[in-house]
Amino acid sequence: MAATVQQQATFAQSLQVQLRILRALFMREVLTRYGRHNIGFLWLFVEPMIFTLGVTALWTATKSVHGSNLPIVAFALTGYSSVLLWRNMPGRCIGALQGSLSLLFHRNIRVLDIYVARLMLEFGGATISFTTLGLLFISIGWLAPPEDILEIAGGWLIIAWFGSALAIWLGALSHEYELVDKIWHPLAYLIFPLSGSAFMVDVLPKLAQEVVLYLPMVHGVEIVREGYFGAAARAHYNLSYVLPFCLVLTGLALFQVRKVAKVVVPE
Amino acid sequence: MISVRDLRKVYPTRMGDKLVLDGISFDLGMGERLGILGQNGAGKSTMVRLISGAEKPTAGTIKSSLSISWPLAFGGGFQYNLTGIDNIRFISRVYEQDFERNLAYVEEFAELGPYLREPLRSYSSGMKARLAFAISMIIEFDCFLIDEIASVGDARFHDKCNHELFERRGNRAMVIVSHDAAYIRDNCTRWAVLHGGKFKEYNDFEHAYADFKELIGWKPPPGWPFVEPVIA
Repeated sequence: MAATVQQQATFAQSLQVQLRILRALFMREVLTRYGRHNIGFLWLFVEPMIFTLGVTALWTATKSVHGSNLPIVAFALTGYSSVLLWRNMPGRCIGALQGSLSLLFHRNIRVLDIYVARLMLEFGGATISFTTLGLLFISIGWLAPPEDILEIAGGWLIIAWFGSALAIWLGALSHEYELVDKIWHPLAYLIFPLSGSAFMVDVLPKLAQEVVLYLPMVHGVEIVREGYFGAAARAHYNLSYVLPFCLVLTGLALFQVRKVAKVVVPE
Repeated sequence: MISVRDLRKVYPTRMGDKLVLDGISFDLGMGERLGILGQNGAGKSTMVRLISGAEKPTAGTIKSSLSISWPLAFGGGFQYNLTGIDNIRFISRVYEQDFERNLAYVEEFAELGPYLREPLRSYSSGMKARLAFAISMIIEFDCFLIDEIASVGDARFHDKCNHELFERRGNRAMVIVSHDAAYIRDNCTRWAVLHGGKFKEYNDFEHAYADFKELIGWKPPPGWPFVEPVIA
């Protein structure tokens, strides 16, 4: 019987419950966000694709000065897709708990599950958009195939890890402090030009390089570009900075979730 | 058996901490139905949420060898921007139940007709209660937590609910919160009054109700609580 959750469950049973809950929340998220109208859940990746296409077109038209001789389409695709990944994740998690309080009536649904389900959707959408556009551009000849797909995946996952940890931390924090919601929007806007999507670190002056490399997503974008263009990208990144950074941020995020879960009132 | 020990719940407010539940202890076994009387804001719903495990107590423990339902209350557990059917689908996934079977049951029991395909926000409170009640009857818990929801609705639905709860599931444990005193009187086996954070148990309804009226300073009209309106 599914409802008997009182006995000490084994790890396998707990894992099964966890997966069941995440699946239910994920499907619910798809429905509430995209509904069943027009193209429905296809919006999941059509929306980020439109964004990326638009930016690619703009940057191509204005011959955006990114200071290197890398092809602009590939540059825009890798850059803007990365932005969508780290910027939309916190956007989806801030205030998420407030709208999901009624779900907490079901004891197996925990605060963290609500964030994780949203992040799964966000990650899925951004990833499908990135790969679909990549394949499309390659097949029509706008883009050369990437040098190292595994390295791209690695960089992409680092950006996703950073985005997820930041999202959960800000999401849980926003339940305690409304200010988070107000501050995140301008902050995200201001960080965007510094996030490495519109420039290569290599073309910056030495001092500026040191400054932007404090931003963790810059490392991820650089890795993605190195995977795409190979040595031509002359990427600058430091795994022993970005990985511990994400680890500490994850710790902070889980701590904040625990704190919120203790006092949250389902309604 | 559910064992509640020294349950305490404090909510922070702008005027300082508010002690809602102040050291509550009781046991509840299978077949027992505990009816709780209390003013608005006395902490009845809070207590139900704590027992369900949805919310954490400030102090104290709740131990249970029974499976406990979610609080069957207005609003809780459902999503208003989804349709009735999508809500059934969601609950079926959460509790690992067969969706098709559940849908058939809810369609028949709740009698919502085409509204099942509309978002919950277009439902009246009686319709929400019907859906909530029907869905919760699909999943067989040992203990049901009922927060007002079964005592609303029209007379016919009321009877159906009573049949499902007290006849077909008469062997289960229940905690029932309602402002309908006759409902509590007729359907419970134990009674308690929650007032000022304290919890007092009674073996018969009349004593519990007399104390409750005294505590809230209310004189009911003669003949109260009515069961059926007197029709001349």
